Amino acid sequence: MDIIVCVKQVPDTTDVKIDPKTGTLIREGVPSIVNPDDKHAIEEALRLKEKHGGKVTVLSMGPPQAGDALREASAMGADDMILLCDRAFAGADTWATSYTLGEAAKKIGYDLIICGREAIDGDTAQIGPQMAEHLELPQITYVRKVDVDNGKIICERALEDGYERVEANLPALLTVISDVNKPRYPSVRGIVEAYQEKEITTWTAADIQADEKCIGLDGSPTSVKKSFAPEPKGEGEILEGTTNEVCKQLVAKLMDKNVVR
Amino acid sequence: MEFALNKEQEMIRKTAREFAENEIGPIAAEIDETTEFPKDTVKKLGELGFMGMTVPKEYGGAGMDDVSYAIAVEEISRVCASHGVTMSVNNSLVCWPLQKYGTEEQKQKYLIPLANGEKLGCFGLTEPNAGTDAGSQTTVARKEGDKYIINGSKVFITNASQSQTAIIFAMTDKSKGTRGISTFVVDTDTPGFSIGTIEQKMGIRGSVQAELVFENMEIPQENLLGKEGRGFGLAMATLDGGRIGIASQALGIAQAAYEESVKYAKEREQFGKPIAKFQAIQWFIADMATEIDAARLMVYKAAFDKWQGKPYTVSAAMAKFFASDIAMNATRNAIQIHGGYGYTKEYPVERFYRDAKITEIYEGTTEVQKMVIAGNLLK
Repeated sequence: MDIIVCVKQVPDTTDVKIDPKTGTLIREGVPSIVNPDDKHAIEEALRLKEKHGGKVTVLSMGPPQAGDALREASAMGADDMILLCDRAFAGADTWATSYTLGEAAKKIGYDLIICGREAIDGDTAQIGPQMAEHLELPQITYVRKVDVDNGKIICERALEDGYERVEANLPALLTVISDVNKPRYPSVRGIVEAYQEKEITTWTAADIQADEKCIGLDGSPTSVKKSFAPEPKGEGEILEGTTNEVCKQLVAKLMDKNVVR
Repeated sequence: MEFALNKEQEMIRKTAREFAENEIGPIAAEIDETTEFPKDTVKKLGELGFMGMTVPKEYGGAGMDDVSYAIAVEEISRVCASHGVTMSVNNSLVCWPLQKYGTEEQKQKYLIPLANGEKLGCFGLTEPNAGTDAGSQTTVARKEGDKYIINGSKVFITNASQSQTAIIFAMTDKSKGTRGISTFVVDTDTPGFSIGTIEQKMGIRGSVQAELVFENMEIPQENLLGKEGRGFGLAMATLDGGRIGIASQALGIAQAAYEESVKYAKEREQFGKPIAKFQAIQWFIADMATEIDAARLMVYKAAFDKWQGKPYTVSAAMAKFFASDIAMNATRNAIQIHGGYGYTKEYPVERFYRDAKITEIYEGTTEVQKMVIAGNLLK
């Protein structure tokens, strides 16, 4: 089973600081990481490969340094690395990005595409579903468990109050959530191979025969009008003590605020 | 001149740090308390390739450079020095001499499973009366036909009771002094091999140090490692590399003490402000950071020398001497910054202090490092 995993290199937002004057992210000195949900996607692809054979290709769109995210995926065990890197891709919104990734996926060939639920820098969760639409694939989102049987994929799809069991024919596209697995660590040998033995294949817009009207800024129907940091919420308060004590404190506080009478 | 790590080295640091913080961190204080050997995490380190990092791929290793190895020991020791020494011994004192001096058969049989983490190894040189004076071996290997009969004992042997393979030293010809010492690779399930006293220690309590006892242990002659009579040189060369591992361990402990100190100094308030605002504390922090930076440069330099195939006896001895010394300073002052709390098990700095002390002693005391340095400079 040949699987494509889409990965994004993102700033480590656990480390991110906001410039209080401009309200924008301070990117300087912030390390880049593989988007956390994407690591779960890589892990799930590797598990499926170990069980059913085939190959795992990791795919990303971004500047040359995004190659580091692909190499990390490779050190975990992914077979091939493909980076879509072209100035013509710059300024893409999720629609143009998902078109571009989809065109690359067509060129690679696949039985299954796995994406992380969402990236921590944009939080849109749109790339996976939009790719599925571009490629006219069945899609299962918010997946927490995956089984493949007889050319079909059976997933548990997490809902707020339970889960759905969804079956789809292959090829298909999944987006996975962090509950799906625990990503493995890259191995030392994998790191050596990723950096010293394997090559990243770089494709431009021409390589994937992308329609220039559908990529980059020109192919993006949405644009960012304004970005701002939301007002910081007041600090939460943690009540401590036995359950009884905590409940009494809580009720007193709620009464104090006239939430309950 | 290039001070930056390359991408592989950065990823080794990131991976080792994540593994250490997520997998080892939660048990570090516990194994220090119970002295239970952390079999599962050591096994996982092996599976990830951290137990034979610089061994070539064809012999089960990862084919990594020595600076990456130093970084990995540093990062693991930053969270738990017990795991640090377990790892350092297998890499430096067991895999390395097998790779350097082993026959093809020995490499196939012993090096591959040690480097790929299936097995764990130990290094038996020290005896009750042969510590710094390692040449005064009383363990005897008597040749009989195509085998050696070995009798004697070793003490303070790291990994001993958890090992499947031991590299041991014995006198094959007492009349020749240090030129009569030979090295053997031994399966620890060989009849006549047993584990004696397991040491109760001040620090590195999650690692195991024990006595090896040999009673009429028969070892086939093909298990002779290197040439007969060359064991002392083999041991000294092996310890040169081991010192890079221990220096990295000391560096990791010092780094941990520093980080805990910074965190505590910012949180703890006295006289109405964080103690980090007081110059006494600032000086501790400045001293620690400066010494750690110097030690790190020395440790990586020694590892770099080894990787480049340059002489590293002196740079490794200097790195170990200096890094262990500053680990003592950093951990002692970390407790001082923490005050009474630092003396309790509520904070990890007392463990760091107990762990740091051994780095001034094993694989050559600080005084031995100075002998090695001066001996080489005054040749």
